[in-house]
Amino acid sequence: MSTVKLTVNGKAVSAEVEDRTLLVHLLRDHLNLTGTHVGCDTSQCGACVVHIDGRAVKSCTVLAGQAAGSNVTTIEGIAKGDELHPMQAAFRDNHGLQCGYCTPGMIMSAIDIVHRHSGQLDEETVRHELEGNICRCTGYHNIVKAVLDAAGRMKVAQAAE
Amino acid sequence: MYQTTYHRPSSVDEAASLFAKGSDAKYLAGGHTLIPVMKQRLASPSDVIDLGKIKELIGIEPTGDGIMIKAATTHSDVASSDTVKKAIPALAYLASLIGDPAVRHRGTIGGSLANNDPAADYPAAVLALGATVKTNKRSISADDFFKGLFTTALEDGEIITAVSFPVQAKAGYSKFNHPASRFALTGVFVAKTPAGDVRVAATGASQDGVMRVPAIEAALKANWSAGAIDGVKISADGLMSDIHGTSDYRANLIKVMAQRAVTAAG
Repeated sequence: MSTVKLTVNGKAVSAEVEDRTLLVHLLRDHLNLTGTHVGCDTSQCGACVVHIDGRAVKSCTVLAGQAAGSNVTTIEGIAKGDELHPMQAAFRDNHGLQCGYCTPGMIMSAIDIVHRHSGQLDEETVRHELEGNICRCTGYHNIVKAVLDAAGRMKVAQAAE
Repeated sequence: MYQTTYHRPSSVDEAASLFAKGSDAKYLAGGHTLIPVMKQRLASPSDVIDLGKIKELIGIEPTGDGIMIKAATTHSDVASSDTVKKAIPALAYLASLIGDPAVRHRGTIGGSLANNDPAADYPAAVLALGATVKTNKRSISADDFFKGLFTTALEDGEIITAVSFPVQAKAGYSKFNHPASRFALTGVFVAKTPAGDVRVAATGASQDGVMRVPAIEAALKANWSAGAIDGVKISADGLMSDIHGTSDYRANLIKVMAQRAVTAAG
């Protein structure tokens, strides 16, 4: 057992976990942040994507200990109170989900994509960049629309700041 | 996953001494091979020694005749590095094809080379570019480093610290990827040195892991063009055959990927 200390969604947290604990289980089972999902558990589907120090990673393939001292952001940490993150709002407005299982990972990956491309995105880039996130409902069409929509909204929001 | 003890050393020396103390220790870099293997209970190290946060193992530096990429540098940092893009753009391109964006944020060049998966991308670049693998004990030339399936010249406890790549006159990579895993069904890296030597390496093809392709090297040395490879015969002997492709199919892919790589190299 080890004490893992890290920052999750802006709050300092500490948990006593077995060394074999995966980050996704630390988040879900110890911190009750169940928005992050376990899908394939083999680093392929992307349902478990969170940000570590601002970078999208698959939390089913990271030991909790590896995240010690880092800033972790989950789907629960991106809205400002009642105001959805522009990416969440765009997914809702564009019907970018059906069952919703992949959605938290999609949104966390999509935010990372927009950040890395400075908001300069086209459909081909979004489709390519989402290759590590699998959705079995939507056929991706509305997800891609939502990401492009959000890229515009995030650019506007950034310009306003 | 079986129980294990996690360590996070702050230097290479500390990592090596932790390894020596463990009964069955393993190094962890990005963890994107070791952790899945531990989850499947195919590996059960007593100790996991994390190299991923050791500062002396992270970074990319220009050298006199090329670039040096330190071992715990992630694929995404290689893919987006201006230094790599300027010196050997094909290497940055190769890094951009590994896995998916989230995997590239964690996976490292040293981890990929130490694991030597027969379908990994980096071994093809290291072999074709005639790179030098530096460890905490010595320097190993690419020709001496790869020893077959998941096997390298690394001794027990030895740590890759960096890889040095010499600049080339021309270099290109092309991969036919597995649509789910993004591993190479076959990938070919072609390189021409400033002196005119040609080295070609294929990954994902041979049962023994990454290999050089002498027939294509000879053809390209005589005439650096995609067309020069048209008449080359690649034997299917010793190539992998599985649900994704037969050995004959892979033999043909070696040619086609080499041609595309030459076209990309210009």
